[in-house]
Amino acid sequence: MLHICPLASIPRGEGLRVDTIDPPIAVFHTDAGEVFAIDDTCTHQDASLADGWLEGCEIECPLHASKFDLRTGAVDEPPAKRGVRTHRVTVSDDEIYVTLSELPAPVNS
Amino acid sequence: MGDLNSVVIVGGSLAGHATAKALRQQGFAGRVTIVGAEDRRPYDRPPLSKDFLAGRTAVSDLTLEAEGEELGVDWILGVEATALDVASRTVTLSGTTSGRTRSIGADAIVIATGSHARRLTSDLRGLHTLRTLDDALALKADLLPGTTLAVIGAGFIGAEVASTAHSMGLQVSVIEAAATPLFRQLGEHLGSAVAGLHRANGVDLHLGIPVVGLRGQGRVTGVELADGRIIEADVVLAGIGADAAVGWLADSGLDLANGVVCDSQGATSAPGVYAVGDCSAWFDPSLGRANRIEHWTDSRDRPATAVRALLGGPIQAGGAGLRAPYFWSDQYGVKIQFAGHRLDDDEFVIEDGAAETANLLATWRRDGTVVAVLGMNQPRAFTRHRKALQLVPSK
Repeated sequence: MLHICPLASIPRGEGLRVDTIDPPIAVFHTDAGEVFAIDDTCTHQDASLADGWLEGCEIECPLHASKFDLRTGAVDEPPAKRGVRTHRVTVSDDEIYVTLSELPAPVNS
Repeated sequence: MGDLNSVVIVGGSLAGHATAKALRQQGFAGRVTIVGAEDRRPYDRPPLSKDFLAGRTAVSDLTLEAEGEELGVDWILGVEATALDVASRTVTLSGTTSGRTRSIGADAIVIATGSHARRLTSDLRGLHTLRTLDDALALKADLLPGTTLAVIGAGFIGAEVASTAHSMGLQVSVIEAAATPLFRQLGEHLGSAVAGLHRANGVDLHLGIPVVGLRGQGRVTGVELADGRIIEADVVLAGIGADAAVGWLADSGLDLANGVVCDSQGATSAPGVYAVGDCSAWFDPSLGRANRIEHWTDSRDRPATAVRALLGGPIQAGGAGLRAPYFWSDQYGVKIQFAGHRLDDDEFVIEDGAAETANLLATWRRDGTVVAVLGMNQPRAFTRHRKALQLVPSK
């Protein structure tokens, strides 16, 4: 497990890009208080999903508006065609930890 | 309307595809048919003026269908709709079967025929427009190293093609009748900054001068301006706008004032007939009138609202849930993003950076309320402001 940051460092509705990990990941704190981690780079073109529009459990890429489901990594809306990997998040003592996935990105079904 | 067992979507591009997706996502299990004039499955048009034209993405990369996506749609592609009878909800199709006119009927019709690029009337070879993949393939074949390109119109298509062609090593001229590029969309100050982008990249920009004709015999050799100058060019792209593709609806009885006029959920005046995307003009409560939008994001997002209305789901009053119109444009490595409704007398505020350095966040305010936002190479800050726009109550 990798220590990311204190929970309080990411306000609700915001995302944080973690580029000390390769490839970089994005950690999101939803309005409902849940925390998710996915690969940060949009599968459509080079953009940081942490900069995107977070709505519920869905992130919209800040450049070309592809949407991904934070729970599964699947593509909700084009132009992206391939999903992103999701990583397991643990929140302990108000600190965020991430266990990186070893699985490939999901395919929509 | 009685039971809803079948939907015909006329238009197989972004808005038509999004409609089919929304129908399935919202639980419609009946028959969905997409009629598409182009003989291609849904593909993404924005890259046609950028990475696709430059050869950085392939045709297969353009698909709008996600990996593994299966919507259970019947496709009728390469076939145009030529008429609509709204009473019986029957679409007449181009071509014939066994000598008979073909048609298809359904319990509901969604019109998503998009828009047509305006074309200059000329038979000269080397003259292009850019709307479809076929247009892009033809233009791409002409953009050879060492040739010169003249772009008529410094809007999105024109500016992006100029930027791409410049990056491919062509010598590029851009001719714009207005005082600056994107004058109508962004106003003079930012339009001037965009002009600076063209010029800083060595593109020859001619502003405020209308085009009066083309030169050449058989093949185009130049563009003639109103002041008598000739801009020499081996290839000419006319990026002079687009019109709603609604000619086929002329006898339908639908209101076609500027696109198919709809209420704030995409419903036309005819029961069971809806319209989405570029060809539609939805009532916008914040403007108090129907407003036709040609932006990609709106074409993708609004079908979910229309489908909700079509399926008889909970009605969202006054178009609530719709986001402010949004567009982006990539020019000379600069990401330009805009959202909202801007009027010329709105107060323009630079929040961060400067237009001249292509690093800018700016807003427009009306009576103290932010009504529009623009970013240049500021995707994160832009997105935060764009999201905040949604909180502004409609007037």
